Amino acid sequence: MYIPTIGCEVHCELKTKTKLFCSCKNEFGGEPNTHCCPVCSGFPGVLPTLNETAVEYAVKAGLALHCTINKFSKWDRKNYFYPDLPKAWQTSQYDLPLCVGGYVDFMLDGKVKRVRLNRIHLEEDAGKLVHDGGVSRVDYNRCGVPLIEIVTEPDMHSAEEVVAFLTELKSILKYTGISDVKMQEGSLRCDVNLSVAEEGAPLGTRTETKNLNSFRAVSRSIKFETRRQIDELTSGGTVKQETRRFDDNKGVGYAMRGKEDAHDYRYFPEPDLLPVVFSDERLDEIASKIPELKSARISRYMNDYSLPEYDASVLTADKEVSDLFDETVSLGIDPKKASNFIMSEVLRLAKSDGSEDVELKIVSKTLAGIIKLLLSDEINNLGAKTLLSALWGNASDPRKKAEELGLIQSNDEGEIKAIFDSVIEANKKQAEDFISGNDKLRGYFVGQVMRAAGGKANPKIINALLDKFKAEKS
Amino acid sequence: MDILDLSLCELSAAIKAKKISSLEATEACLKRIEKTKGLNNFITVCEEEAIKLSKRADAVISSGGEINPLLGVPIAVKDNILTKNIRSTCASKMLENFIPPYDATAVAKLISAGAVLLGKTNMDEFAMGSTNEFSAFGAAHNALDFTRVPGGSSGGSASAVAAKQTFGALGSDTGGSIRQPAAYNGVVGFKPTYSAVSRYGLVAFASSLDQIGPITRSVDDALVLCKAIFGKDVRDGTSADVSLPDELSGDVKGKVIGIADEFTEGLGEKEREAFFDAADALKKQGAKIKRVSIKSFEAALAVYYVLSSAEASSNLARFDGVKYGRRAESYTDISDLYEKTRTEFLGDEVKRRIMIGNYVLSSGYYDAYYVKALAARTVIKREYDEALSSCDALLCPTAPSVAPKIGSEPDPAKVYLSDVYTVPVNIAGLPAATVPFGHIDGMPLGVQVIGKAYSDGDVLSVAKAVERARG
Repeated sequence: MYIPTIGCEVHCELKTKTKLFCSCKNEFGGEPNTHCCPVCSGFPGVLPTLNETAVEYAVKAGLALHCTINKFSKWDRKNYFYPDLPKAWQTSQYDLPLCVGGYVDFMLDGKVKRVRLNRIHLEEDAGKLVHDGGVSRVDYNRCGVPLIEIVTEPDMHSAEEVVAFLTELKSILKYTGISDVKMQEGSLRCDVNLSVAEEGAPLGTRTETKNLNSFRAVSRSIKFETRRQIDELTSGGTVKQETRRFDDNKGVGYAMRGKEDAHDYRYFPEPDLLPVVFSDERLDEIASKIPELKSARISRYMNDYSLPEYDASVLTADKEVSDLFDETVSLGIDPKKASNFIMSEVLRLAKSDGSEDVELKIVSKTLAGIIKLLLSDEINNLGAKTLLSALWGNASDPRKKAEELGLIQSNDEGEIKAIFDSVIEANKKQAEDFISGNDKLRGYFVGQVMRAAGGKANPKIINALLDKFKAEKS
Repeated sequence: MDILDLSLCELSAAIKAKKISSLEATEACLKRIEKTKGLNNFITVCEEEAIKLSKRADAVISSGGEINPLLGVPIAVKDNILTKNIRSTCASKMLENFIPPYDATAVAKLISAGAVLLGKTNMDEFAMGSTNEFSAFGAAHNALDFTRVPGGSSGGSASAVAAKQTFGALGSDTGGSIRQPAAYNGVVGFKPTYSAVSRYGLVAFASSLDQIGPITRSVDDALVLCKAIFGKDVRDGTSADVSLPDELSGDVKGKVIGIADEFTEGLGEKEREAFFDAADALKKQGAKIKRVSIKSFEAALAVYYVLSSAEASSNLARFDGVKYGRRAESYTDISDLYEKTRTEFLGDEVKRRIMIGNYVLSSGYYDAYYVKALAARTVIKREYDEALSSCDALLCPTAPSVAPKIGSEPDPAKVYLSDVYTVPVNIAGLPAATVPFGHIDGMPLGVQVIGKAYSDGDVLSVAKAVERARG
C-alpha cells in the first residue's frame, strides 16, 4: 500500500504598517501601483532599508512556534526573471534564516500530533500580474510586503493531517498578532511537497504544488496528487520531480516545469543589507511583547471559568472569537453563559458564508446586551437568535432593536394563563393525552400558546403552567 | 586672470569675497564645455539648470546668508549617479531615455550645499571598463592628448576636470574607476572608505565594492567635496559616519609609509623610477619608508572580476524592458521581450560581465568560483589590514603606466590588467587617493596613497604631501 509523505512551505504576510524595505504602506487592495515607490518598484540606484518591526514579527512567530532564534542571520538574493519581481531578485534568507527548528502540536482523531518545523525565514513578497484581454499588467502594491516562509519537515501523511496542521498554525499565528492570516486575501498561502512510497520503503520522488490559497484547495490537491502518483507507479511509470499547479475550479493539477527547467536561483549574500544580529536582551524584549497565546487561554478558561476543555478549545480556535468572549465576560456576563451563546449562535453566523476565515460582525458590547436580555427573560432563545441576526453587522442598541422587532416577551403570568386556558379548552383530547403521560405534547402546547400570544410569551412561564396543569389533573 | 585656472578652493574664496560671481564661473565652464566638446566628456549638459542654480547662489551671497564652501561652485556628476528630472543614462542605450524621479543622496547633498550642477559625464557603460571606450555615446578623450583614452570608468569626469570644464566632479569607483582615470588625466582622485558616502542613487554595478568619490585638481579641493557628500544616510543601511578634518596639514614627519614589494615587481623602468621618486619626496619631508609584503596582491584581480561580475549579473537584471528605459519594439512573449531588449540595448562588455557573473554563481560552479573568491577576499582584506597596522599609509602606483592610445588594446582581458593596483583597495574597503606624480612622454603618472578604513582624512593629508613635493 502506498502512503503519501507531505511537507509544507507556508507563506504568511506580516501585518506591519509599512513594507519590508521601504516606507510604502503595507495594505491589501488599493488602486494598482499606488502603494509603491522607487525602492519597491526596483528603480536603478535604490537601496533597501530594513523594517525592524518585520524582523520582530518574524521572531515572534518563531518564538510562538518553539523555534530557536539565530542570533546571527543574513540576507541573500534569490535571482530570477519575472515581471512581478522588479529587481529580478527576491531578497530572502538562504543559509542563515532567522529561526530554525520548532514544531506545531495539534489534535487529530483525539490524539496529539506533532509536525516539526525546519525553519522560518523572512523575505519580501512579489507583485501581482493582472491578465486582461490578452494584455498583462503588473501591480507592484504587494511588492516588498514582508512575508515569513515556514518550512515543515515531511511529517504528514494525509490531507486531513495537513489541514489540521494548517488550521492550528493559522490559529497560533493569529494569536501572535503578526498577521491577518486571511487565505482569501493571500496573506496565507501554502506550497505542498508530496511523494508516495510503500510503507517502510524509502521516500519516493516528490513534486511541489505551489500557491494553494484555501484549505479546500490544499486538501483537494493532496488527494489528487496522491492518487496521480500512485496511479503512475502502479501502472509501471515513475514520478517525475516537478513543480505543479492545482486548478481549484477544475479540481485538477498539472505540471508547470520539470527538474530540467528548474530555476537556478544563483543565491548569494545581499551586499546592500547588514546581517541581523540579536542580543539576549533584544530577544527577551521581543518575547515580552508576545500576547497571551492559545494554550495559555485554554488553561485560563478551564481554571478560572471552569469551562470544559472542549468548550475552551472551540472558543480559542480563532483569536477574534476568543477576544470577543473575553470582552463579553469582562462586561459582566457569566462565562458559561457567554461561552454557550458564542459557541451555539455566534459561531454559526461567523462561519455561515462557508468561508474558512471566521468573520465576526458583532462587538462585545452588543453581544453582552443580547445575552443580558436573554438572561433576564426579556427575550427568549428564539428571540435572542433573531436579535443576533438583526444586529450582525449593525451596531444598534440591542434593547431598542428587540422592541422594534417585537421580541420583548411577556412575563405577565395572568395574561399568559388566560391564553393557556383557552388553548387547553380548544385542545381537550391532546390535554388528556398529555395528562396521561404523553410528554411529547409539551412542545405542541408551548407552540400553541406562543402562537396565540404572538410569539411574545415567556416559554418558561408556559412550561410552568403546563407542569402545574398536569400535577393538578393527574 | 582666467577664472578656469582657479582651483575649487580658490574659486570658493573668490565667490565668498564677491570677486567672482557664481554666474560668471558657471558661464565660463559652459563656454569651455562647448568649446572643447570634442572631448565628448558630457552625455548631458544642463545649461539652463546650471544658470538657474548659479543665480540662486549669487542671490544667497548678496543677501549675506551663510556661505558653504561649495556655494555657487560648478560641479559635474558621473552619469551613473542619479539626478532628479535630469536624464541619467549610465552611458547605456538601455537608459538613454531614463529620467530619474529622485536625486542620489550625494547629489542632493551637493545641491543643498549650493553647488551648481553642470551636467552628467561620460563613462564606460554601467561603469564597466577602464578606457571609456565602452560608452554607448562614444568614447571620451583624454584631456591632455586627444588620441589617448581618458581611462575608465569615470573617464568623462576626470577628463572634464583636467580640461577645466569644471572645478570638480563626482565619480564612482568599483575597482579603480575614479583613481585610474584621474591618474591618466593628471588630476586628483579619491575613493573613500566603503560606506563613507551613501550609495543611494548610484546605479549599482557591484554593490559591495562601489563607492562615490571626488575628482578634482587638488587634494584640498577633494576634501571640500568629501565634506559635502560624506555621512551616514538612512536610505543606505551600509553607510556610516566617517570623520574628516577641517583642513589637511600635509605633514608626514615621522609617519611610516609602507611599500609592498609586490607593488613594484611588474613596473616598467620609467614607471618604477617615478614611483620611487614619490617615495623619496615623502622621505625628504620626514616620512619613514618601510618595505612590507602583500602576498595576495596578484590574486586580487581574479577575485575582483569574479565578485564584481557576480554582483553585476544580479544588479543589472532589473533592466528588462518592463518598467523603465528602453524596450524592444516587437516581441512574442515575456521571455522574448527580455531577450530582445537586453540583446539590443546592453553593450558587449556589459553582456560579457553578466555572463561571467551568472557563470560563477550557477550551481556546479558556485563553490569553485564565487565561494573561493569570497574566501580570498577575506585573505586580501586581512593582509592589507596587517600591512597597515604597522604603517600610517601604503604607497602604490595607481596604474601600470600612462593612458594608452584609443583603440590600442582589442583584448578585454588585457585591459582588465590596468586595474591591478586599484582593485585590491575596493576588495579591502579602504580609502585611497591618487595624486599625479611624474611623466612619461608628457603623459602623467599617478601615485596612490592607501590608508586604514575610516582614516580618510589621514590619506588625504599624505596625498597632500605628495602633491606638495610635485610642486
